Amino acid sequence: MKIRIGLGSCGIAAGGRKIKNIFEKLLKESNKQIEIITTGCIGMCYLEPIVDIIDDNGTYTYANVSPSMAEEIFNEHILKGLPIEKYIVSTDKKPHPQLEKQVRIVLRNCGIINPESIEDYIEAGGYSALKKALSQMTPEEVIEEVKISGLRGRGGAGFPTWFKWNAARASKGNEKYIVCNADEGDPGAFMDRSVIEGDPHSLIEGMIIAAYAIGAHTGFVYVRAEYPLAIERLNIAIEQAKEKNLLGENILNSGFDFELKIKMGAGAFVCGEETALIASLEGERGMPRLKPPFPAQSGFFGKPTNINNVETYANVPWIIKNGGQEFAKYGTEKSKGTKVFALAGKIKRGGLIEVPMGMTLREVIYEIGGGIKEDKEFKAVQMGGPSGGCIPKELLDTPVDYESINSTGAIMGSGGMIVMDETTCMVDIARFFLDFTCKESCGKCIYCRIGTKRMLEILNNISEGKGTVEDLEILEELCYSVKDGSLCGLGQTAPNPVLTTLKYFKDEYLSHINDKKCPAKQCRALLSYKIDAEKCIGCTMCAKSCPTSAISGERKKAHTIAQDKCIKCGNCIKTCKFNAIYTE
Amino acid sequence: MDVSCSCEEKLSLNFDDKKVDLSLMEPIFKKYEGQSASLISILQDTQELYGYLPLSALNLIAERTGSKRAKIYGIATFYAQFRLNPTGKYIILQCQGTACHVNGSKEVSRAICEELNIKPGETTEDGLFTLEDVACLGCCSLAPVIMINGEAYGNLTPDSAKKIIRDIYEKERRKNSDEN
Repeated sequence: MKIRIGLGSCGIAAGGRKIKNIFEKLLKESNKQIEIITTGCIGMCYLEPIVDIIDDNGTYTYANVSPSMAEEIFNEHILKGLPIEKYIVSTDKKPHPQLEKQVRIVLRNCGIINPESIEDYIEAGGYSALKKALSQMTPEEVIEEVKISGLRGRGGAGFPTWFKWNAARASKGNEKYIVCNADEGDPGAFMDRSVIEGDPHSLIEGMIIAAYAIGAHTGFVYVRAEYPLAIERLNIAIEQAKEKNLLGENILNSGFDFELKIKMGAGAFVCGEETALIASLEGERGMPRLKPPFPAQSGFFGKPTNINNVETYANVPWIIKNGGQEFAKYGTEKSKGTKVFALAGKIKRGGLIEVPMGMTLREVIYEIGGGIKEDKEFKAVQMGGPSGGCIPKELLDTPVDYESINSTGAIMGSGGMIVMDETTCMVDIARFFLDFTCKESCGKCIYCRIGTKRMLEILNNISEGKGTVEDLEILEELCYSVKDGSLCGLGQTAPNPVLTTLKYFKDEYLSHINDKKCPAKQCRALLSYKIDAEKCIGCTMCAKSCPTSAISGERKKAHTIAQDKCIKCGNCIKTCKFNAIYTE
Repeated sequence: MDVSCSCEEKLSLNFDDKKVDLSLMEPIFKKYEGQSASLISILQDTQELYGYLPLSALNLIAERTGSKRAKIYGIATFYAQFRLNPTGKYIILQCQGTACHVNGSKEVSRAICEELNIKPGETTEDGLFTLEDVACLGCCSLAPVIMINGEAYGNLTPDSAKKIIRDIYEKERRKNSDEN
């Protein structure tokens, strides 16, 4: 018998460590010798803390385990061998509906193996691809295999991976570098973090293979300092790989040398851009420069450099082991393989998922994600974060592949997928992303620096009911100017959230402007608080809670709110026990 | 403190310039000696040491690495991770991710500001709390989320967020009265 506990960041945040301590204490007290395996994230974040009990009959998954449940599980299942049906969400024979439709290539080991054990990774077939590449394949053959697989960059833009590798290989010079972009700055995305926390060796193996293909002997993982657990596990994994001669000199007696270092990013979204990332690696301010020359020709300290993101590298061992053909079986004509998404927002089953390219958004949201929280009305799904856009209900049958998503005005992005319902205001969402890009603009290009600020001002005005119809024209014009006038991807894509909401949800903008109303009831300045005279019993609680004395009325009689005095703080709604106060 | 021009003097107002023991930085300089591209790492280690970047430390880094002070200041203010002022005992990170935003982080943030009577980026007068906005903590399924000294608190409402802060205040108050 074994106990498996998910301790990714989400599991820990939900209290996973406490649950582990309880099991450890109970095992000690009862003198039981049962192994507790800690894993990364299985992806069902909304069910954390998750505990798997593996006994002779199979694997039983318990979800949302509380301390008292842990004791019960221990007493019944572990001591007496009686699984507790009411707490079990899935078993190995009956997998959870969230997992059923997934194809897990990148996440093959996440939530299953112990990320701090290289033996676990090797037992699961790890490092066999590296052995194959080093002993049986030339660097050109490795690149050819990646070409056959059709793998494209998973960081967002979808550039063919083999092409980048080939360009870096073809560049002159003996000193070349390889970099992993793990600076996941997109708000609402946590794919890279989960992969590093759950299966760090797959990233390392992928990077060694890529380095061999390109001819690089030094590599960097540029990872966010805000991900302490990921950094810790990556450090452990690198040390283990060194001990086994998978990193260092003369790897596995092949004559190939490769050293891997971690560089902590210091928090700047623009460093997701390749040239800005290189500047940051060099210890400078992360500001992009003009391309060409591309990093493959002139990157880190002017040397040829290949940059891919975590998910791209994590696909590589699987491709080399199983062959490019096998990978290309999944997906669509132009987008091969799978894509990992961080599913969040107003979704029932939030978490980390991996699906074959070409699955429709509807299938992802309703069949894997289980639909909208509280069965509310779906409004839009945001893809690609601050560089992406909002896809409306009418386009729910869009397949998930680079070209189809681009045609909606959003982008595939690195994999953030935020679901929004009727209570989400689209003007507010556009404002939210603009606020982000405005703060994160490095300031080099005038259009990005000042243009985003002017756009934000317009959006703020609209959400406060001070906007005009002419503002929308200026807003759209600014969008195109910022796109054209910016050097790097940050500025070129910053207008996307505004453009897509203008395209699909113009009526919401117009309600804010013409009727001074926010249909989703999110923009505070446009709400008016009212009291339903039939429900109000005149308890006076609301009047007492009002900081501006805007509420008046006699005791035991219906109260009223003076709109000119109301500052829309919402205190009265929170205080009323009779649901008598509503917003319009 | 020596300043070379009046703009630098004005700039120094942005910093807390409490006297710190600069000799503690020697191991950091030693660690990165002769390594190019290590300015960010030096700043990160310095912040780890003092909890923030004191002005005298920045000046020393400029001197020892042969860089201009303006460059060091430029890097220290470019990246969100670096702080120019000391922090409170408890650092509250408010997640500003999209999932938190659509799940009501604004209301939670308003409640926290109200309770502490400070704005994001500030520290309470008693030096107990520093409030900061962060891009995304990556616990999107627990949205809205805050993190206090490394521990995440999820599924917050304005009231539950206030209670968490009150509980910490209460804990501190009890500790102080025990000590007295």
